[in-house]
Amino acid sequence: MATYLLRRLLIAIPSLLGISLILFTVLALAPGDPFSEMATNPNVPPEVREALRASFGLNDPIMVRYLRWLSAMAQGDWGFSFASRINVDTLILQRVPTTLFVVGTSQILALCIALPVGIYAATRPYSIFDQIANTLAFVGFSLPTFFTGLLLILLFSIKLDWFPFVYRSDIAATGWRWYWEMFRQAIMPITVLGLFQAASYTRYVRSAVLDVIRLDYVTTARAKGLSEKRVTLRHITRNALIPVVTLVALQMPAVFGGAIVTEQIFRIPGIGSLLIDAILANDTPVIMAVTFVFACLVVLFNLIADLLYGWLDPRISFG
Amino acid sequence: MDERTLSSLIENVKDGAISRRSFIRRLAAVGITAPIASQILAWNDVAMAQASLQYKPTKAGGGGPLKILLWQAPTLLNPHFASGTKDQIAGRIFFEPLAGWDKEGNLTPQLAAEVPTRANGGLSEDGKVVTWKLKQGVKWHDGKPFTADDVVFTWEYAADPATAAYTTGSYTNIKVEKVDDHTVKVIFKEATPFWADPFVGVVGQILPKHHFGEYKGAKSREAPANLKPVGTGPYKFAEFKPGDILTGTRNEDYHVKNQPHFDTIEVKGGGDAVSAARAVLQTGEFDYAWNLQVEDEVLKKMETGGRGKVSAVPSGDIEFIILNTTDPWTEVDGERSSVKTKHPTLSDPKVRQAFNLLIDRDSIQKFIYGRGGRATASFVNEPKQFRSQKLKYEFNIDKANKILDEAGWKRGSDGIREKDGKKLKYVYQTSINAPRQKTQAIIKQACQKAGIDLELKSVTASVFFSSDVANPDTYTKLYVDIEMYTTTQPQPDPERFLNQFTSWEIANKENKWLGRNVSRYSDPEADKAYKAAQKELDPAKRAALLIKVDEIFCEANVILPILSRTRVAASATNLMHDHSGWDVDTWNVAAWYRS
Repeated sequence: MATYLLRRLLIAIPSLLGISLILFTVLALAPGDPFSEMATNPNVPPEVREALRASFGLNDPIMVRYLRWLSAMAQGDWGFSFASRINVDTLILQRVPTTLFVVGTSQILALCIALPVGIYAATRPYSIFDQIANTLAFVGFSLPTFFTGLLLILLFSIKLDWFPFVYRSDIAATGWRWYWEMFRQAIMPITVLGLFQAASYTRYVRSAVLDVIRLDYVTTARAKGLSEKRVTLRHITRNALIPVVTLVALQMPAVFGGAIVTEQIFRIPGIGSLLIDAILANDTPVIMAVTFVFACLVVLFNLIADLLYGWLDPRISFG
Repeated sequence: MDERTLSSLIENVKDGAISRRSFIRRLAAVGITAPIASQILAWNDVAMAQASLQYKPTKAGGGGPLKILLWQAPTLLNPHFASGTKDQIAGRIFFEPLAGWDKEGNLTPQLAAEVPTRANGGLSEDGKVVTWKLKQGVKWHDGKPFTADDVVFTWEYAADPATAAYTTGSYTNIKVEKVDDHTVKVIFKEATPFWADPFVGVVGQILPKHHFGEYKGAKSREAPANLKPVGTGPYKFAEFKPGDILTGTRNEDYHVKNQPHFDTIEVKGGGDAVSAARAVLQTGEFDYAWNLQVEDEVLKKMETGGRGKVSAVPSGDIEFIILNTTDPWTEVDGERSSVKTKHPTLSDPKVRQAFNLLIDRDSIQKFIYGRGGRATASFVNEPKQFRSQKLKYEFNIDKANKILDEAGWKRGSDGIREKDGKKLKYVYQTSINAPRQKTQAIIKQACQKAGIDLELKSVTASVFFSSDVANPDTYTKLYVDIEMYTTTQPQPDPERFLNQFTSWEIANKENKWLGRNVSRYSDPEADKAYKAAQKELDPAKRAALLIKVDEIFCEANVILPILSRTRVAASATNLMHDHSGWDVDTWNVAAWYRS
């Protein structure tokens, strides 16, 4: 186990280096200029723009810039944002709580819907309930979040005037009122993300349970005279959920990565909106940091998923 | 109204017998527009208006929160690093310049006691020295007094190239001296008719020496005050999350009596223009949203709810077309569109004249831009005294056909005109932006009827407006026959704006295409008039010279102006605000109130 872990971690290092090199090169080669806004402004002399480029090291060769970035990163210096001239790590840390709250809650919501619905539908395949659940799941993951988001805004914000559609990270209230306001502004984005995710989870849970439900040991359990409830929860679900757990673990990086489209629609100050703003402003240090953190999380959670798999299913060994 | 009544009226304003406002109103009654009227007053040494929004509240505070929504979020608060309007708007809440520009282009004192004029001794005879008297009793948010030292320091700070301030262009060629604690002298190297640039408007925010003193030059990025501003403005800093939200509380010691009206201010960023308009006009979640580049139809529909209103103010932004007179398809010395080449067909003035007749400006305004722009034939439109009265536009396909027939451009078998084997086929480029693509389509249709074939090309804005030397699709490269975009006139004086019509600013390989003259066209007469205008102190003569520069380019049909853009904002119905096309939207945020 320990040697397996060590081996995986050692493999992770070159792959992360490779990822960072590719990311950096692609970003450096991509068109665009962080100072493009100055180009159309006659008040800024071209020399200033050139001086800024030079002081930010943009005129050096790509490899020199990459090595400089890498050595700084190794020392814990993430660089600073061209757009706001503050350190990238501060910028990212400011966004993490909101992202965790909104995307995390929506994942929990998705699981709360998908597990019972998926299991119940699988135990009664092709029943009316299963048909309805299936149809809704298809509708759910066919509708993109930008569409459902706008739909909810039109309905609940503009027509009914129930919820605000601009998410604010500083609510000027305390105590219960704060929770209430937080709930009001978060409910629409959480619903949009949660339902979308729930739709695909439901399909997954249903098919996983269907696979298990036909196995002989389930029949044995039933033959032993165990109650249907006990068979479903203890014998079927537990085994069926092994692949689902891996799926959820692999979904975790996305929780940190935020949801670009939904965050943009509801103006949620999460990592996703930070990334898209940085891309639009050609703010390379921020894009680099966010994508690299994302890459690290993917590698890390892949490892965790593999370990979890082995722990849940003793037949898998790490030899 | 004859000259004598006019001059007696001016005397009355000087004595204070009649107010400035009623003077302007009387002149308006006989058909003289407000900017001209206020220009008449300025030339006669009557100080400019005090405020363009009448402030009614009788005490400061008590207005509750003011919520502003910017669909591009502010990312930094030091106004000298502000790269875009979003940052300038945010910085202006805490910092103030000596004077700002109102929507009519009048200079309005903010940290200055008065606007310098000849009469009050603020402007020297030779046009080289400007003496600013500072307002007394102004305090920084931390209680320290605001003095001339801060003004002098701001100059040192911005002028230092190592600071890398975006405003540096306004401060490099001047000297600033402290006369006493509340007087500073700005000394220009040469006679400068447009002196209201350093310490004024967008570039003019005064920084506190006691917070930024140690962070001049290369250490500028490390100043804690970059993110926790201490200024003199109407609101004190509370919290800032770059790219998300900015909050402030009322400055109880603000230097204008009874201002500001609101207790707190909040600037939220992010999202897109349409939903920003919706949050103000339809749901009322926010009080004010800025820069609504949204089709007018959409805004009108949202306004019907009655929760908010849309306001548009004139600005110097102009949407225009360049006809390339150099050859974009032949490479000479490593660059295309070199001034050494001539365009095979567009160098014919008749072709350019015909093309200008094929732009249906009225329809473009009516169906695409609405309140967002006004059709025009002049490159400079605001302030009104700089607009050419001579330039007129026309949409006339028959006339265009006739001109081309007469010039010998005959239709070929495919319906496209040609002469000596050269066809009137062009590539017409602009940035990706829905209204621009619609404009392209309208012009293409008209051109088809005149036997000109246009190939439409649109480039992502981030590439089009970049200064990437390696990319052939940037707007300054002009590697196409026809190009369209909007350019911004930052001050209510077109001198610096018109440098894009001078020969020494032509963009080329040598200056890495950073030159401001993108059209590559030049005319010695225009150069001469421009140079003369830079030294001319008489505003009327100067305006005439600058108008001449404008007319030379527009009459040559190299520059085809389409629309003079306006700045469109949405506000809650009961919010009294004051935004200006010559300064940032929050330039006078202290005087905003809820009725």
